[in-house]
Amino acid sequence: MLTATMFEYEFMRTAFVAGGLVAIVAGSVGFFLVLRNLTFAGHALSHVGFAGATGAVLIGTPPLWGLVAFTLAAALAMGLLGDRLRGRDVAVGIVLSLALGLGVLFLYLYSTHATHATAILFGNVLGVDQETLWALLGLTAIGLCSLAAISRPLLFATLAPELAEAKGVSLRLVSVLFLAIVAIAVAEAVQVVGVLLVFALMVGPAATSLRLTSRLGWGIGLAVGIALVATWLGIALAYFTDLPTTFWIVVLCCAAYFASLVRRAARPATVE
Amino acid sequence: MFAIELDRVTLARGERTVLSDVTFAIRRGEFVGVFGPNGAGKTTLLHAILGLLRASAGEIKVHGARPTRGNREAGYLPQHRASIADLRLRGRDFVACALHGERWGLPLTGGEGRQEVERAIATVEAQALATRPLCELSGGERQRLLLAQALLGKPSLLLLDEPLLSLDPHFQQTTVALVKRIQQDEGITVLFTAHEVNPLLGAMDRVLYLGHGHAALGAVDEVIEGGVLSRLYGTTVEVLRVNDRVVVVSGHGPVEADAHRHDV
Repeated sequence: MLTATMFEYEFMRTAFVAGGLVAIVAGSVGFFLVLRNLTFAGHALSHVGFAGATGAVLIGTPPLWGLVAFTLAAALAMGLLGDRLRGRDVAVGIVLSLALGLGVLFLYLYSTHATHATAILFGNVLGVDQETLWALLGLTAIGLCSLAAISRPLLFATLAPELAEAKGVSLRLVSVLFLAIVAIAVAEAVQVVGVLLVFALMVGPAATSLRLTSRLGWGIGLAVGIALVATWLGIALAYFTDLPTTFWIVVLCCAAYFASLVRRAARPATVE
Repeated sequence: MFAIELDRVTLARGERTVLSDVTFAIRRGEFVGVFGPNGAGKTTLLHAILGLLRASAGEIKVHGARPTRGNREAGYLPQHRASIADLRLRGRDFVACALHGERWGLPLTGGEGRQEVERAIATVEAQALATRPLCELSGGERQRLLLAQALLGKPSLLLLDEPLLSLDPHFQQTTVALVKRIQQDEGITVLFTAHEVNPLLGAMDRVLYLGHGHAALGAVDEVIEGGVLSRLYGTTVEVLRVNDRVVVVSGHGPVEADAHRHDV
């Protein structure tokens, strides 16, 4: 059977494991990202990551580490600036453009490896090597453990910030820690869908889940589930159709979101 | 025994002095309505009691001790709230996020925690709202869930910042009646800030009126009175009583016209 032959290739097995690790982090972190109305921050971090990834290629280190370094630094800066960043979309956008511009420069300086550019911009989960897989495993473990550790005050600070502050939660600390976790998730997600499409994998499943369930636990579970299904099914569909994996993953994430819109629209809110 | 004591307290927001040299004491179990024009320091006072703001002079005592952030004896309903109106999250999970939300770790409530959440929800008579998504609730219904959050952990002091804001008169009355019942059943102290005196007339034990850096605490008739309010507003103010309702007017007409509304 065709499905069986798919797993005979090592790069396919690696892709499924890598995609799974990334989907779990992207879905769960994305859930809080959407809940906190921070989706633009996630988008911004991935663009800053582009400069990091291309810079890493230039100095001969794996792009993933450049990504992690740049997204983490940007996340800390955003977290520390905090409220002063509110309504500064123009400033953030300019910094993003600068990061992309730098990325272009780094690529130019390292012109022999133009393939890197496509992989960083649009992802290449089929090209994940053993070393990157271990790195993803480590980052997933760190990301999930940190998210678990802060999820309680994070939720409190998100849903009832003033009360949380009165109860002794440091909103600033929670915000910085969460953005650092987002940075890790973004760096991981770039391996699968690339800098330009991180938004789809992190926000699509989470936004879908938030529209479908009213329970918190189920919401996080559903976001992770949708991200996993979209990633795995996307890789499989790419194998059978010979179309890019990123295309399929993004299509599936977006389809899930549109389906949730249609479902809600078809069933008008009941007045009890 | 006093719940809250202020001894010659001055409170400032940045450069601006909001209350200066204010002294009063609120007894345990009292229901105190807190009034005053915008910027008179109602929220600032609550923040100081919660330990979010230090007095620049004088001494504040809450249950005989200096106010500390994270005081478990104090329940709080803030005026500025996160925009939860478009969330599909159900009421119970929203209330539960405030239960020991300051602790690290996973947001699991456990058996005892679940009971406490159910108790708080039952106290505000919101059982029917617990399973409904926030986005399908009215403003008054969401307000009741916020009150349930404030009641988690059985506080003996309840600080409610403008809970009547943007509620229609019917919901205003039910909210006041609800808070009054909780105050009497559980014997807790309530500080209830509001823009209008009338909805609270039957419920308040005493009135705390803030204005121009000063404060006046006393029975309704002693404080809602021309002389006292003229001093607090810094302009001639008259108090009219019409059918058990109070209308506060200045030389230019009802004072609510420029500062806030008293009669709806």
